[in-house]
Order: sequence, then C-alpha cells, then structure tokens
Amino acid sequence: MASPVPVKEKKLMDVKLGELPGWILMRDFTPRGIAGAFQRGYYRYYNKYVNVKKGSVAGISMVLAAYVLFNYCRCYKELKHERLRKYH
Amino acid sequence: MNENLFTSFITPTMMGLPVVVLIIMFPSILFPSPSRLINNRLVSLQQWLVQLTSKQMLAIHNHKGQTWALMLMSLILFIGSTNLLGLLPHSFTPTTQLSMNLGMAIPLWAGTVVTGFRHKTKASLAHFLPQGTPIPLIPMLVIIETISLFIQPVALAVRLTANITAGHLLMHLIGGATLALTNINASVALITFIILILLTVLEFAVALIQAYVFTLLVSLYLHDNT
Repeated sequence: MASPVPVKEKKLMDVKLGELPGWILMRDFTPRGIAGAFQRGYYRYYNKYVNVKKGSVAGISMVLAAYVLFNYCRCYKELKHERLRKYH
Repeated sequence: MNENLFTSFITPTMMGLPVVVLIIMFPSILFPSPSRLINNRLVSLQQWLVQLTSKQMLAIHNHKGQTWALMLMSLILFIGSTNLLGLLPHSFTPTTQLSMNLGMAIPLWAGTVVTGFRHKTKASLAHFLPQGTPIPLIPMLVIIETISLFIQPVALAVRLTANITAGHLLMHLIGGATLALTNINASVALITFIILILLTVLEFAVALIQAYVFTLLVSLYLHDNT
C-alpha cells in the first residue's frame, strides 16, 4: 500500500483507490483552502471555455444551464405537485 | 393556484441557508474583468457595450457629475443582468423584491440630493419653485414640489418592482392557461402560445428598458444637483 511518492502530493488521477480516503482527508479544508479550490475551479473553466481565441456561446450557455438546473433543484418541492398524474 | 402563483417570488432559502445571497452574487461571474489589451470575445463584447452606454449616459453631465460614472454603469449592468437572468426558467429575480429596489433607490437618490445641497445650496432650494409662477400660488406649489421630490425614490423602486413582477406573473398565468387549453381546444391553445411568445419578447425588452430607465433617472437627478 505504501508508495514511493507521499500520498499528499499526488494528483487525483494518480491516487490508488485504497489510498482515496487518506487523500481526501489530507486536503486543505481551511477557509483559505476552500477559497483556493473555488478559485482554481473557476479559472480552470474560464481558461478552457471563455478565455480562448475563438470563444463561442457554449462557454456562457453551459454556465446558464447549470444555473437553471440549480434553481430547478431548489424549487423541486413545489414543482412536484405539477406533474401529470390522474390523482394528485 | 393562488399559492402556486406566488411561490416563485419568495426569498429562496435551502434548508435554512440563504441561497438568495448566492443568487444576487451570480451575475458578477458573467462579467470577467479585462486583463489585456486585446481580450477574449466575451470581454471584448462587454467592453464595447459598456463604452457605448457610458458615452451616451455621461454626455449630459459636467465634470462633477461624471465622477458618478462607475456607479451608474455598475447600476445599469447589475439591474440589466439580474432582470435578464430572471427570464430563465425557474430562476429567482432579486429585483422583484421591493426591499432590494428600495435599498438601491433611496441611497442613490439621497446621494444626489445631498450633493446638490452641499455644493449648490441656493440652486437646489430654488428647484422647489418653478420659474414664473404667479405669486398667490407660491405656498401651494412649494408643498407640491416637496412632495414630488420625496416621492422620487419610492417611484424609482416601485416602478422597477412592479414592472418585473407583473411581467413574470403574466408569463406564469398565460403559460398555465396554454397548458390547460391544449386538451380542450388546440387552436385556442396555439393562439395563447403565440401570445406567450410575444410576451417573452416584451419581457426581454422590459428587462433592459427598466435597467436603463432606473439609471437614467438617477443620472437626471444627479444632473439637477451638480
């Protein structure tokens, strides 16, 4: 189970399945770490889809689709009653 | 149906957490800041729009009024983007809440009035009496002008709230009517559907126009007072 490289410094794709819980627990969960994670995620998406030479409408429309999905999950409880059913 | 109609306007909280804060902050993600001389397409498009709007909006102001450029441009961007995002299905529009619109209107209007009083006291007070009024009418006219001054922020907020809320409500109602009519009479349902399409186009226009009107009026109050 012990590998030559310490678990903490490996990227997710290199971590073996058995080492996964240990890897997750070693991540930085301080507010600074979480903010860093959000920032990294934002710039990863931005540099892949928006900040390119010929960016298309797909870059923002994926964000808007995710926003619609988030709002749908938010009001699912009220929308449940509007399904097409014989008896409500 | 009564409860269903207005549930889309309640402040969203998910399991007690105020999600509304996230929803209000969401439009800021869609406006990346330009970092280079030549930017990507999204940023260039936004830059062009902002320059077009700011040139038109700040043309009437003098030097003192143009210090408000950042405030006015961020105002119109915020209200425009929030209104447009509210047209997506199931989304919550913060500008339907009177509390938020009053929170935007009252400080901005008060800022313009206080600026006017501080820098041009006589001219600001002179606004209460239009030129050339007959002498017997003066007391009544001062009262009327005072009332019309104090109603400006309330009118700003209520105008925005009422327009956006009414549009959303109409869309919900007509959409529900179209759905209910498909089983009863298909041609009438088709007519109702066409009405819904036209209404959606109107709502897009209203979203932008309301942002413009709000900002234009604030800028007008500013012009009077600088």
